[in-house]
Amino acid sequence: MERLDRKLGTASSLPLLTILLIAFIAPMIVVALFSVMPRKVFSLFNTPDFSAYAALLQQGYYRSLLWSLGMALASTVILFVVSWPLAYGMAKVFRKFTIVLTVAVVVSLFVSENIRLFGWVLTLMKGGLFEGHFRAWTGEGFESPLYGVPVIVFSLVYVYFPFMLFPLAQGIAMVPDDARQAAADLGASRWRILFEIDLPLAAPGIVVGSLLSFVLAAGALAESKILGGQTVIVIADEIETAFTYGQDWPLGSALSMVLIVIIAALAIYGITKVDLDAIMGKKGR
Amino acid sequence: MKTSPFLRAVLLVYGLLVIAWLYLPLVSVTFASISKARYLTFPIRSYSTQWYARAIESDTVRDIVFTSLKVAIIVTIISMIVGFFGALAFARYNWRFRKLYQKLILLPIFFPQTVLGLALLMWFNSVGIIPTWKTAVVAHLVWITPIATLIIAIRAYSFDAALEEAARDMGASTWVTFREITLPLLMPGIISAGLFSFLLSWGNFPLSLFTTGADSTLPEWLYAKMVSGYSPLVPTVGVLSIIASLFLVTAAVLIPWFMRAARKNR
Repeated sequence: MERLDRKLGTASSLPLLTILLIAFIAPMIVVALFSVMPRKVFSLFNTPDFSAYAALLQQGYYRSLLWSLGMALASTVILFVVSWPLAYGMAKVFRKFTIVLTVAVVVSLFVSENIRLFGWVLTLMKGGLFEGHFRAWTGEGFESPLYGVPVIVFSLVYVYFPFMLFPLAQGIAMVPDDARQAAADLGASRWRILFEIDLPLAAPGIVVGSLLSFVLAAGALAESKILGGQTVIVIADEIETAFTYGQDWPLGSALSMVLIVIIAALAIYGITKVDLDAIMGKKGR
Repeated sequence: MKTSPFLRAVLLVYGLLVIAWLYLPLVSVTFASISKARYLTFPIRSYSTQWYARAIESDTVRDIVFTSLKVAIIVTIISMIVGFFGALAFARYNWRFRKLYQKLILLPIFFPQTVLGLALLMWFNSVGIIPTWKTAVVAHLVWITPIATLIIAIRAYSFDAALEEAARDMGASTWVTFREITLPLLMPGIISAGLFSFLLSWGNFPLSLFTTGADSTLPEWLYAKMVSGYSPLVPTVGVLSIIASLFLVTAAVLIPWFMRAARKNR
């Protein structure tokens, strides 16, 4: 029985692992190799050097990286604060409404993110849904909040909301009611229960949710392009420019490598922290 | 611990506001799509469905819809098959590298898709493949097969391994056990994974952007129009694409419901 399990397990993992090997790991290796090629070459058969990394340091690309990481951090913190009460409600308070919320959030994910971002442009622009109606009623308009850093952070919060909400709700569902009840019986205040019971026990969900939203927001491109109007150049934008207009693959690869290393470090740290069998297997039992 | 009715009401209102916030941009897009004016301003003065007629007649729109459909259908079929086996390895069988495998397949989901798309573009170029819609299928698969696997794995966790053992004890071969026990039990998971795969591929933008070459999918086409200035076709085609997704979701919910009702009546 056990031997059969082992054989079947290995065999059935092969199709997925093959896809990942060919189309995930191999491309990463190619990016790593290209990043140590001389500038502006299109083949891997050159003497390696680190000119692309040198250019990265000298030409101020770190600014874009800092913008991306900074906005990702800001949006993650906001997401955590905004999602916590709702995730708590989904895990502990609502019954039928949890299903309604889940369906509503999942269905919104099925709409292409650039259509939703474009919808925010139509909502927030001068003469848009808000300003247009406001002007029609009061006769006075106001400045559109579009094309700035705050609106980019806002749109990151909007797009990555589900990636924070669901892991958080899953994490809070793992907090045993008995522990909360016991703390309440012993006279702990609501805040004390939050900080000493809820937050530590829901940690796996918090870690997964925060890492997912941070990592995805750090590599985001469409938000700053559609709503940000080029006020800030994010790192993904620099990478795209290096590859397309710049025709400088080694530079693009070096920029990608910096982002990949940061993301991989965070993702691997987060993934090793959680026990997937416990999170997913507990469902329906 | 009992939640006070007041807190419950506050959370409920908050939840409703969040749903409104999620869908507000789509309301704007819908209004924009039925505005008659070529340059949109709110409040809308006259409504018309002329842009819908234009979108449906347009050959370009028909071509990109066809490309998007091709990609999404192929991605769906492959994801369902790969996800089925992947989920068994994820949740059901006890094999040596299971924990490592579980973590490895999460990495593509954590990965920024723009960078993944560019990495794939370089990879295809360096092995001499010219990007077309077929390379976009590969790009979508990297991200969507792990998601399909996770969805089917949730189902596979609640799977009673004793059923398979019983079948084997009664003399069924590994293949027959697979076909008669494992597959039917996981079917609901496989179908929802297929639904997710289709919709995620249909709406995907960042992966398609770099991997379709000269071909264009619907979200890519919309993006190109958005950044090159306002076109009244953008909201219209956007709404049509959303309606197509909604239609599929509704069908996926209603068909099993009707089938169950029909079986009960018999």
